Amino acid sequence: MNFIKSLSFKNLKRKPGRTIALVLLSAFLAFSVFGGSVVVLSLRNGLKSYEARLGADIVVIPNQARSKGTLDSILLQGIPGYFYMDNAYYEKIKEREGVDIASPQFFLASASSGCCSVPVQIIGFDPETDFSIQPWIQESYKDTISDNDIVVGSNITIPVNKKLTFYDLECDVVSKLSPTGTGLDNAVYANMDTIKQMMQNASDLGFDYFEGTSPDSAVSAVMIKVEDGYSIEDVNNDINIHVRRVTSTPARSMISGIAGGLEGVSGTITVIVVLVWILGIIILIVAFAMISNERTKEFAILRTMGASRKMLSGLLKWESFLIGLAGSVAGVLLASLVIFPFAGIIRNKLDLPYLLPGIGTIILLALGAVIISVGAGLIASRISSSRTVKNETGLILREGA
Amino acid sequence: MKINGKDLSRTYYRRSEGSNIFTAVKDVNIELSPGELLEITGRSGSGKSTVLNMLAGLLTPSSGTVLYDDLDIYGLEDKERSAFRNEHTGVIPQGQTALSSITVLENVLLPARLYNREASEDDAMELLSFVGIEGLKDVYPDQLSGGEMRRLSIARALINRPSVLLADEPTGDLDDENTKVVLSLLRNTADKGTAVLLVTHEEDAREYADRVLKMNGGILKEY
Repeated sequence: MNFIKSLSFKNLKRKPGRTIALVLLSAFLAFSVFGGSVVVLSLRNGLKSYEARLGADIVVIPNQARSKGTLDSILLQGIPGYFYMDNAYYEKIKEREGVDIASPQFFLASASSGCCSVPVQIIGFDPETDFSIQPWIQESYKDTISDNDIVVGSNITIPVNKKLTFYDLECDVVSKLSPTGTGLDNAVYANMDTIKQMMQNASDLGFDYFEGTSPDSAVSAVMIKVEDGYSIEDVNNDINIHVRRVTSTPARSMISGIAGGLEGVSGTITVIVVLVWILGIIILIVAFAMISNERTKEFAILRTMGASRKMLSGLLKWESFLIGLAGSVAGVLLASLVIFPFAGIIRNKLDLPYLLPGIGTIILLALGAVIISVGAGLIASRISSSRTVKNETGLILREGA
Repeated sequence: MKINGKDLSRTYYRRSEGSNIFTAVKDVNIELSPGELLEITGRSGSGKSTVLNMLAGLLTPSSGTVLYDDLDIYGLEDKERSAFRNEHTGVIPQGQTALSSITVLENVLLPARLYNREASEDDAMELLSFVGIEGLKDVYPDQLSGGEMRRLSIARALINRPSVLLADEPTGDLDDENTKVVLSLLRNTADKGTAVLLVTHEEDAREYADRVLKMNGGILKEY
């Protein structure tokens, strides 16, 4: 380390109050830019993931579940729920013109009583027709999901014996899915035969979920892929008009509501981060200007010893760099301590899909936050100290004597 | 090294009801030779420090030249002039001039370290011993008295073995005992061959000086 760097370090060390105040300010800037960008990116990731996992053009649910909240609370928030319609509706829907693939899904909420290991959402799919859940499962499990096999969402803890019981049906946990940042991470997945068995057992155990529908013929939702050449809106309208007691919704409109919410939250976060930065930069410039003024005599003394203007700039640059580096690293670490351990709480509070980016992206964001914060400190320092450095030493000595 | 200030003037712009131009120093000619202790005396505000700062390369004259031997120092770029000052000139500015974030020893070594010059801790200790504060090498300047601070400034100004030492009021606000110590140190420095310029209004300084000039209203005259 050359002498100027060493002197910078000593200056900071000998003025702990001033140094800590500037480090905190820099940490605040890094915290806001890193924390804000991770949250915004997590929301965008969550939306993408939700879109991918939904996988359908149209979702049909029984009228009794048309309050979108029921489906949203299962899919987004992971709150266990259920609703059913008779299989006959599925048969009608799949015959409608423009429907390419129609696949039934079955939702069952496990009970918190002794018949079930954990209270979770259970989602069943028909292996013959499913096009949304199986591609996702295949990312982590290549084999077929056999009867009494289940796959669990990323938030579900797998027991040591890899067995979970739902409505007295003991199942083997064969895999864990990659996270989606949605309520789907809190669900378990089974094929149609397995979930039908669970539904039958639930009925036999006296759980009155089915409201007159036979568990054997109950369907919760129908996921639809529209045939090429047909418009999603037209097929959706056709189902709503011709199939009674069901509600058909284009997946895009389900997502657009979430996207709207996401844009609102992202916009608010961005505005807050920008305001924090404007305020932070102004405070930094004022703080550095005050410090430069306070140190005018010190710089003049260094000039009498032969320090060039470039050396003085270098000294300030190093001090600003060390402050910025310490502050931004602290800010990023602090933001990490808030954002990562409390990701679940943040997701629940925002009520939106929230999927943290991968470690590579997080490291890049952290580096970006550090670079931007250090850069802001350097620029603030340069702006505020340029006059001090350029002053004629003789004048300063004359004024300050 | 001989210093020659030729026709040095320095004017300042200021907002005033009369003329906006204030002349601090007017047509000053001054020579300083190796081994000589030259004193400039005069009242506060007479222009003494302005002359010293111009000779030190710290204040650009409005007109005139400053020659170190044949080198016009104001013809140099800031970087070159700074390096030249570091190598050839020791400056003792007015007031408390130690850097508070480093120890006494580090303060003394500072001019050498700025340009990675060869001065060792032994050289610095020798100077601290010369000015009589070797026992304070590890303390920070805020623990020094006024007299000790001035002695530190002298040691620091001498660390690069400069040819020229420029001292601006080095005895200001010191008691009689410390004043004598500081003046003796400057005399000893001149006796070792350094050209010493002493700017002061200390009456007792005359007995240490080889030559005395008086500054009055920006004009320099023989005393």
